[in-house]
Amino acid sequence: MLKIENLQVKLEEEDKQILKGVDLEVEAGKVHAIMGPNGSGKSTLSYVLSGRDGYEVTGGSAHLLGEDILDMEPEERAAAGMFLAFQYPVEIPGVGNMTFLRTAVNAQRVARGEEEMSSTDFLKEIRAKAKELDIDAEMLKRPVNVGFSGGEKKRNEILQMAMLEPKLCILDETDSGLDVDAMKLVADGVNKLRAPDRGFLVITHYQRLLNHIQPDVVHIMSDGRIVKTGGPELALEVEENGYGDILSENA
Amino acid sequence: MAAPQIKFDATEERLATLSLPEGGWSASARRDALARVRAMGLPHARDEYWKYTRPESLVQPEPPKAALFESGETPIFEDVDRLKVVFVDGVFDAEASDDLSLEGIEIERLSESSADIHWAKDIYGQLEIAGQTPVERPLAALNAAFATDGVLIRVTGKASKPVSLIYHHKSETSDAMLHHCVKVEKGAELTVLENGPAAARFNKVMEVDVADGATFHHIRMQGRDHERRAATHIFARLGEESVFKSFTLTANGMLTRNEVIVELTGDNAVAHVAGACMGDGDFHHDDTVFVTHDAVNCESRQVFKKVLRNGARGVFQGKILVKKGAQKTDGYQISQSLLLDGSSEFDAKPELEIYADDVACSHGSTSGAIDEEALFYLRSRGVPQGHAEDLLTLAFLAEAVLEVEDQALQDEINSRIEAWLMRRRTA
Repeated sequence: MLKIENLQVKLEEEDKQILKGVDLEVEAGKVHAIMGPNGSGKSTLSYVLSGRDGYEVTGGSAHLLGEDILDMEPEERAAAGMFLAFQYPVEIPGVGNMTFLRTAVNAQRVARGEEEMSSTDFLKEIRAKAKELDIDAEMLKRPVNVGFSGGEKKRNEILQMAMLEPKLCILDETDSGLDVDAMKLVADGVNKLRAPDRGFLVITHYQRLLNHIQPDVVHIMSDGRIVKTGGPELALEVEENGYGDILSENA
Repeated sequence: MAAPQIKFDATEERLATLSLPEGGWSASARRDALARVRAMGLPHARDEYWKYTRPESLVQPEPPKAALFESGETPIFEDVDRLKVVFVDGVFDAEASDDLSLEGIEIERLSESSADIHWAKDIYGQLEIAGQTPVERPLAALNAAFATDGVLIRVTGKASKPVSLIYHHKSETSDAMLHHCVKVEKGAELTVLENGPAAARFNKVMEVDVADGATFHHIRMQGRDHERRAATHIFARLGEESVFKSFTLTANGMLTRNEVIVELTGDNAVAHVAGACMGDGDFHHDDTVFVTHDAVNCESRQVFKKVLRNGARGVFQGKILVKKGAQKTDGYQISQSLLLDGSSEFDAKPELEIYADDVACSHGSTSGAIDEEALFYLRSRGVPQGHAEDLLTLAFLAEAVLEVEDQALQDEINSRIEAWLMRRRTA
C-alpha cells in the first residue's frame, strides 16, 4: 500500500538532513507503529508524506498504491487516499467544522471523478459518525477546532478520517495531550476504521497508545533511519528499558 | 499654519463649476455650507486627514471619465421586499422608483420640497456641522451646499420594509451629488439599503438622526464596476437607547472614501460600523470613522476588514473619542487587512482619545497573509489550494459580515464575496 524506499529529506531553509534513508512498507489491513526518541525524524516523515512545505526530498521515493506521491500537491495526495491526523490540529476561526468537512469530502470526490455527496446524505452520515466519537452537534457547528479541548481536537481528527475514508492513515503523536479516557475514545474510533483495504502508520513516542491500538509491526526510528523492526513486543521492550538499549545495540 | 494658497485656488476652481440651488427651507443652510467650504478649503494632498488618500480626483473641477460596467448579474437586494428609490447619475428617476408612500414613513425628494418650513431643517447641514469638529470634512460641506437631489425620510413607526436607494451609472462623465436626511422618531425603526455605482464621481452625504429608543440599520453594497470614484459621509446622532448599525461591502473601485461620523448623545445607545472590502489591482479604499461617546453606558464597535491583491491599497482611519463624563463606555475597534500578495498595501491609523475614567476600550489592527498552517490543514484534507484560500478569505471577512443581522442578507453577501473570489481565481 505505502512503499517508502531510501527516503532522504533535508530542511529547505537550512542545510540539515533529517531523514537519512528510510525504508518502510505498510501493507493493506495492517497497523504499523513508528516509535523513536524526540528528534529522530518521525514527525518529519509524516509531514513529508502529506506534502507540507519546508522540506526537500534529496533522494529515494514514496509510493501510495503504486502512485509516486512525492510530486503531488497535498490535496492530490488526500484524494489519492492519504490522511494525516495532526499532532496539533489547526484552529481555523470563521470556517464552520461542517462546511469544512463537506467541502473536503466533495473536493476529494470530484478529484476522483465521483459524484458529490448530497447535503442530506452528508448530514446523515456525519451525525452518525459524530455520535460514535461522542462529538455533539454543537461541535460540528463551531469553527474548526476553535475552543476545542485537546481531546475534542483529536476526536475531530478521527471524525474527519471517518468521513474521508482514506486508504492510508498516518497518526502523528495522536496520544499527545490526552488523558486515558480521551485516548481510549480516540483509539476506539481508530479501531473501528481498521479494514482489510486500509493501512495505518501510527507515530508515537510512548507505548501506551499501542495498548489501545494494537500494531502488527513496530519500527524504531533513530537519527533519520529505521534501526529496528519487530512485532508488538518491541514496543513493550521500549516501555521497559527506554530507547537507550535498542539504540546502543544498533550503534 | 496657513494652508497653502494652492488649496484655496483649487477650491475656487471647483466652486466655479457649481451653482447654489436657491429658495426653500435649505437655502440658508446651503449658504452657510458654502461659507464653510471657503473657510476650510477643499481637501489637499498635504492635509493630515488625507495623508493616505489622494483627494485630487475628488476635488478637480471635472470628474475623470469612468467607463460604464455591466456585470449582467442580478443586482443585490433583488429578492428583498423593499421600497425602491432610483437615481440615475444622481438624478431621481420617478419611473423606475416605487410610489414613495409607505405606512409609518414620509419620503420626499430633496429637490421638490420648496416649503419654507420643514422638519429636515434641523438636520440638513446640521449634523454635518457637528461632525466638522475636531476634524474638517470639506467634501461634506461642499455637498451640503450644492447637492442637487436626494431623499428626506421621516419614520414615525416601524417601517414595514426597507427603503432601498439604488444608484445607476449611465454617463461616463457624470458628477453626482446626493444628500439624504433621515429622521427616525422615538421608538421607530428603519432599514436603508444602498447599492450601485451612482456616477463617474459621486459625492454623497446621509445625515441620520436616531431618536430615543429608535433603530436604524444601513446596509450598503459598492461594487463591482471599477472606474468610479466616490466620497461618502454618514453623519449620525444617536439618542438614548437607540441603535445604529451600518455595514458596507465594497468590491473594486478606483477610489472610495467612506466616512462615518457617529455621535452617541443619549445614554445606553449602541453604534456598530462595519465594512468588508475586496480590491484587486488599481483599487483604493479608505474607511474613515469617527465615533464620539458623549453619554453614559454606550457601546460602539468598528469592524473593518480588507482583502487586497495586485497592488491594491486599503486605508483605515478610525477614532473613538470618549468625552468627559461618558462613563461605562464600551468601545471596540478592529481593522485588519489580508494581503494576498506582497505588492498590496494597508495603512491604518487607529486612535483612542479618552477623557472619562471608567471605560473599556480596545482596539487592534493587523496586516497579514493567508495563514499557511490553516492552508496546509485544509489542503491535506483534499481541498484544492485556490478553494482553500477562498475559504480562509471568507473566514477573514466573517467578523465584519456577521454585523449584518439579517441572515438571508448575510448569506447573499457571502455568496457575492465567494463569486468575486472565484472570478479572481479563474481569471
